[in-house]
Amino acid sequence: MTPAALAFYLFAVAVLTGGLMTVISRNPVHSVLWLILAFLSAAGLFVLAGAEFVAMLLVIVYVGAVAVLFLFVVMMLDVDFAELKAEMAKYIPLAMLIGVIVLMQLALAFGVWQAADGVTLAANLSELEGTELHNTAALGNVIYDDYLLLFQLSGLILLVAMIGAIVLTLRHREDVKRQDVLAQMYRDPAKAMELKDVKPGQGL
Amino acid sequence: MTAADFQAVLPEFILAALAMLGLLVGVYTGKDRTAPAMLWATSAVLVVVGLWIALNGEGSNVAFGGMFIDDAFSRFAKVTILLSAAAVLLMSESYMARRDLLRFEYPILVALAAVGMCVMVSAGDLIALYMGLELQSLALYVIASLRRDSLKSTEAGLKYFILGALSSGLLLYGASLTYGYAGTTLFDGIVAAAADEPPLGLIFGLVFITAGLAFKVSAAPFHMWTPDVYEGSPTPVTAFFATAPKMAAMALFARVVHDAFGGIVSDWQQILAFLSVISMFLGAVAAIGQTNIKRLMAYSSIAHMGYALMGLAAGTAMGVEAMLVYMAIYVTMNIGTFAFILSIERDGRPVTDIAALNQFSRRDPARALAMLVLLFSLAGVPPLVGFFAKYTVLLAAVDAGLAWLAVAGVIASVIGAFYYLRIVYYMYFGEEVEPVDQTAHPVLWGFLMVSAAIMVLGVANLFGIETWAANAAAALVD
Repeated sequence: MTPAALAFYLFAVAVLTGGLMTVISRNPVHSVLWLILAFLSAAGLFVLAGAEFVAMLLVIVYVGAVAVLFLFVVMMLDVDFAELKAEMAKYIPLAMLIGVIVLMQLALAFGVWQAADGVTLAANLSELEGTELHNTAALGNVIYDDYLLLFQLSGLILLVAMIGAIVLTLRHREDVKRQDVLAQMYRDPAKAMELKDVKPGQGL
Repeated sequence: MTAADFQAVLPEFILAALAMLGLLVGVYTGKDRTAPAMLWATSAVLVVVGLWIALNGEGSNVAFGGMFIDDAFSRFAKVTILLSAAAVLLMSESYMARRDLLRFEYPILVALAAVGMCVMVSAGDLIALYMGLELQSLALYVIASLRRDSLKSTEAGLKYFILGALSSGLLLYGASLTYGYAGTTLFDGIVAAAADEPPLGLIFGLVFITAGLAFKVSAAPFHMWTPDVYEGSPTPVTAFFATAPKMAAMALFARVVHDAFGGIVSDWQQILAFLSVISMFLGAVAAIGQTNIKRLMAYSSIAHMGYALMGLAAGTAMGVEAMLVYMAIYVTMNIGTFAFILSIERDGRPVTDIAALNQFSRRDPARALAMLVLLFSLAGVPPLVGFFAKYTVLLAAVDAGLAWLAVAGVIASVIGAFYYLRIVYYMYFGEEVEPVDQTAHPVLWGFLMVSAAIMVLGVANLFGIETWAANAAAALVD
């Protein structure tokens, strides 16, 4: 067995174990930790497949952001996971069905998919072969060169989403006290307090 | 990106840069106090860019490896879109300002929606198509619920958003099927794959893409969102919905069926003919029961989309030309009609009930006459311009061997004439009711009169748009 094959089986077993334990472990925090193991092992599989950029994305985005967010949600929200778990047996047939359907779809896509005449479906990788281009550099070439227009347009769409969220939710309330830094800095201590000389027995 | 690529997207670039500049100016200076100035500046830029495209562009330029097409067809659509967006912006000012809705983001969102629409009509690729469509739709969802304290306006925005997301889902599913069978997202590649005997999956892709686009043009049976959204949105926003986005979506429709599926005309012709006949009849019949003029205009727009689709269903260059002429005239009529609707107020509050128009002609004969001309034109009564619009699409349909569709169109237009004429009846012969205000904002008055004048004076030669439309159609259909 070559080292690569060994690594593959190691990662594959880790992904499967992580996935299974995510579903069946009793403690929800443990579930999230198992999920992180699954993500990390999947990243390892991607590295083996030569897709190091996707592997890094998986680690940074899923482990770094999504899983940590899950962890916060699990720890902060009062969800009765034991009750959710109890119903798992009920959903197993449905889950099996979905699994079978996904398998069949994969079989269709890889087995009998027939494109129109004269069309090749495989991505054109030949221009990358023999070059020392990394995944990241190759993706950058595509995104910032061929698809520059689309990349910029998606930026505009996100801008619209941001403007929209602000337009629809931001309210300028008059009765809120805000910090005015300049007013604080230019305040004159001499004028901040007024001393009164109170005569005994007279009051103000 | 080469200089030639940049040249092709320069109008979109200018508009996007304007929007971002406006955002900075708005945030760092007076916020909503800058809104009127920004609104006028945005319309001025939209008009300038529109005229610049109309006068300057020539030939067919393909940029970004086929993703962006700048030809006579896209220029015709862009000019219509930009000019109508500018007109609607100008009409909104007084209405929005009085209802405290004039926020500086409004013109910016309209400008960004215009960028999206320009990308839509120039798309030469499924991804570019989707990007343009989403940019446009997202901006429209936001301005639909601009009056966020009103239940109806937020409902309109939410309905539009959810149903729009559903239609985007349909469109994307179709696009993914098309990509799966054609192996490319470029229209050039799809048209090569969809020649002669295309695989069944490609036809499925076509059907789903058509359904998604029919949603966007609000053609029956994908029209459900239209009346509620039109009624709930602030009226100037409704006016915007009824004009520029319709033109953009119809042009995109024409682009997809001719550029990407031009080899299988008979396959999409039946879909479009079906959509057309259903829309015409539903728009005509369902509008009869409406008493709210905004809902009525929603059904009217559904019916009009049916006629425009009839031109497209012909599947010929003549059909595309008829569709473009129809849409240009439809947009002009709608701008005038909404200028009238925006100016109808009672004690300073907007009125949308058509019964309020009773005896309107006695109080303001000039505006009543202008509205009469526009309504007759919308109904397609000769000799007004609206009649010629319908005539050209009917002619194109008959010419393409769809005589039954043309006959159905004539019947639907007779049914539809009822509700337009009912408003005229109310204005001239209705019972006495509590009167509406007689003063109209000068901008609205101007747009109403100019639009009505175009309906009368245009009968001479339609201001030459037929030649432009013919050039545009020739650029699209080889």
